[in-house]
Amino acid sequence: MTNKPVLELKNVSKTYTIKQGLFGKPKPLRALNDVSLNLQHGEVLGLVGESGCGKSTLAKILLGLEAPSEGQVLVDGQALAGQDRIALSRRIQPIFQDPYSSLNPRKSIEDIITLPLRVHGIGDSASRDRELHKMLDIVGLPARVARSYPSQMSGGQRQRVAIARALIMKPEIVICDEPTSALDVSVQSQILNLLADLRAEFGLTYLFISHNLAVVEHLATRVAVMYLGRIVEEADVATLFETARHPYSRALLASVLTPDPDMGVPDTQLGAAYPNPIAPPSGCAFHPRCAKVMPHCSRIAPWPVPTSDGHVECHLYDQQPLQAAS
Amino acid sequence: MNDAPLLSVRGLTLDIPTSGGTLHAVRGIDFDLNRGETLCIVGESGSGKSLTSLALMGLLAPKIRRTAVRMTFDGTDLQKASRRQLRQLRGDRMSMIFQEPMTSLNPAYTIGDQLTETLLLHKKVSRAKARARAIELLEKVGITAAESRLSQYPHQLSGGLRQRVMIAMALMCEPELIIADEPTTALDVTIQAQILRLLVDLQREMNMALILITHDLGVVARVADKVAVMYAGELVETGPASAIFRNPAHPYTRGLINCIPVPGRNERGARLGTIPGIVPSLVGEVTGCPFRGRCDQRVAICDTAAPLRRLPDGHEFRCVHPDGHRHEEVTA
Amino acid sequence: MTAFPDALEITGPTPGQQLRRRMFGHQGFMIGAVFLVLLVIIALLAPVLAPHDPYAQSLSNRMVRPVFMGGTWEHPLGTDHLGRDYLSRLIYGARVSLMIGAVAALISGTIGTALGVAAGYFGGRVDAVVTFLINVRLAMPVVLVALAVVAILGGSLSVVIGVLGLLLWDRFAVVMRASTLQIRGREFVAAARAVGCSTPRILLSEIMPNIVNNLIVVVTLEMAHAILLEAALSFLGVGVQPPTPSWGLMVSEGKNMMLFEPWLVLIPGAVLFVLVLAINLMGDGLRDVTAPENRN
Repeated sequence: MTNKPVLELKNVSKTYTIKQGLFGKPKPLRALNDVSLNLQHGEVLGLVGESGCGKSTLAKILLGLEAPSEGQVLVDGQALAGQDRIALSRRIQPIFQDPYSSLNPRKSIEDIITLPLRVHGIGDSASRDRELHKMLDIVGLPARVARSYPSQMSGGQRQRVAIARALIMKPEIVICDEPTSALDVSVQSQILNLLADLRAEFGLTYLFISHNLAVVEHLATRVAVMYLGRIVEEADVATLFETARHPYSRALLASVLTPDPDMGVPDTQLGAAYPNPIAPPSGCAFHPRCAKVMPHCSRIAPWPVPTSDGHVECHLYDQQPLQAAS
Repeated sequence: MNDAPLLSVRGLTLDIPTSGGTLHAVRGIDFDLNRGETLCIVGESGSGKSLTSLALMGLLAPKIRRTAVRMTFDGTDLQKASRRQLRQLRGDRMSMIFQEPMTSLNPAYTIGDQLTETLLLHKKVSRAKARARAIELLEKVGITAAESRLSQYPHQLSGGLRQRVMIAMALMCEPELIIADEPTTALDVTIQAQILRLLVDLQREMNMALILITHDLGVVARVADKVAVMYAGELVETGPASAIFRNPAHPYTRGLINCIPVPGRNERGARLGTIPGIVPSLVGEVTGCPFRGRCDQRVAICDTAAPLRRLPDGHEFRCVHPDGHRHEEVTA
Repeated sequence: MTAFPDALEITGPTPGQQLRRRMFGHQGFMIGAVFLVLLVIIALLAPVLAPHDPYAQSLSNRMVRPVFMGGTWEHPLGTDHLGRDYLSRLIYGARVSLMIGAVAALISGTIGTALGVAAGYFGGRVDAVVTFLINVRLAMPVVLVALAVVAILGGSLSVVIGVLGLLLWDRFAVVMRASTLQIRGREFVAAARAVGCSTPRILLSEIMPNIVNNLIVVVTLEMAHAILLEAALSFLGVGVQPPTPSWGLMVSEGKNMMLFEPWLVLIPGAVLFVLVLAINLMGDGLRDVTAPENRN
């Protein structure tokens, strides 16, 4: 594994304006707040967090579907703003959550999978047909599905089609946005195995967004934990799952329900509900729910503290919080 | 203490007429549930688990045909009960929590109206009493500033709060049975844990029976006393949770447990178990073991038979193999 | 050899097959379609089918009664006040009605679809402008505007078609906007963008195929609407001008004799009724077979 990041986010923020009610004053919603992240070649970066934490916004920015309000996205060290979407789409492709919504119901499987080739004007119809059949074979679908339509297929089959479409351009990076959460348990494991195989075969780099920590633990090499638009902890997967530092990471891990009949339902000790992102709490955004809250947490926002394999953003780990504040 | 089970179901069958023939969605399922007990019905989409819960509540679409050998709730025959009797049971003695709280709460009424409605309908109480009870329950399900919430509308609450309101609503009349259909599937993991904990605590406190319908084996293991594994309209394995998870007998149950990644159990990145194939069509005559098309223990007689096997502790499963494993060729 | 884990029976019909199956199973749709196809064939074959020249006057043969009221087979539906063969005029009139319906629906459909899809897809300011335009259009009474335009430009077939085409796009815009809004949020649109599809390509090849069913429903409704409006305008004397055979005009010309010779009014009226009913039956049927609650 090289240490050259293939994809890098530098201080990226994204602010939406939310209008409340008919005459309400528009309010800013910071979906991403000064996020820096990089993706090394060949790794699987798991991105976890609750709904509304900014995971999906991050994915959209990486796919070029949304522009960041501030900051930069670098691909191989080059700023994304300079590259056009066409060039970007050859290198980064998405796999979406819901295979019932991500395939156009009016298009045949053949049309869906070869769309990227046609958009980019690659090959003639004979070579596209060869590519199509190669991809079908790779994702484990028989050649005869080419003429079928999405409504004729099961969820797992559809997700295979979505994977074939994402990989036909041979991208380096695949953004998997909850790729298995809409699938049945027995199908989920097949898709996860397929994603793991494809990564090994094609040397892919994944950004794997999921709320299922067991799945992330299984597939990821590194994990970033998001909370209210910030990455509050980033660490190797082993470190995070064995010795999570941030209280939020620990609460998330505690709420994973492993199939162990001797254990009851855990107490996550996350008292209050997820805060309203339009009016985030002062200081550390996590402090109202934190089990280890300290008096200054509500006043001073924490900053990233480097660790051996990532960073954590919590006052428990910075050395002189009060000095730094003054 | 009454020895008879609170809910007893024998041979529940649901048939749906379709243009291509009759869809045998649920075929002869049996189970008993005692007061204070939690039964988890676990299965994948299309297994018939949600239909089963609707059938118990008498909320099926009219075109679905329901037949059963026996279906009693605390001695009342649910098949013979009049509409009026059923209406009195529903909401009062048995209540239901749905998966999507947004669609099951009426957006046009306040939380307070919806909470007190069932109580005013079933019990002779004053509005003020009903209101007090609503506040008490909202507090119990962990909603802060309960009194001010009563005048709020569903869209003003977050998903987790709405699900708590749903639970409070289900508890208003102190039911003896709660049926919860995927109550936490639409929620975040942290909220899921909180809601489940709440449900389990309240259930213990009020000695209610709980039927929890889910596809999540993690939820099942942590919550269930009894587990019923449903596949293609049949209960393929039932028994105490500890027995099912320690010693899963049916090949489908084993397959399901092997499919999910478990931190600490699987080696990171190793291949997960899979269940190849798809659920069989249930239109027309269904014979033999419904799982045989996907089963790695399949033998010839699976086409015709799936006998009920009994293990200790009320652990039962349906398979031609006495222990769920193929050892040598089974004959006749 | 790869093992195919999801095993794969591809079950069920393609969306196209499913649609066809449902259409053929829908009584109202089939009845409407049969009548409409019949009328279209009659209109196309008018020169062959018409027994006489629809413009040929014969003052000695005025007001001949139709055959079922004691007339002769020479003029099966009789003649009008100028001695023109009524059946021939009726057959040629089908051409006028269908052409006005089709062309007006085409023009207004193009305008309305473009506006509606743009509003639904781009949202924001575009949406605000289109919504404003729709409201402006809805505030204009069609018949009054048509009267004013004809008063300035003079009545003719092309003016009527133009006026109706430019006035009947509102329903297209409303329906297309709503349909586009529904489709725009689907993930396959995001997937197409991520693949690098241009916006026109997304609109034409990803969104349009999914809303074209709704479009066809509105086309049928607006065709019927345009045909009725033409008849009304012609009746008022500001639509198609004589001697062009138009059903509305025929009703208008017959109205003076209505008390003595009611068939002069009833025959074109009945044909108009059948045509509009057929189109509406078809439109309603289409809405039934393509409605989302009918899909599985």
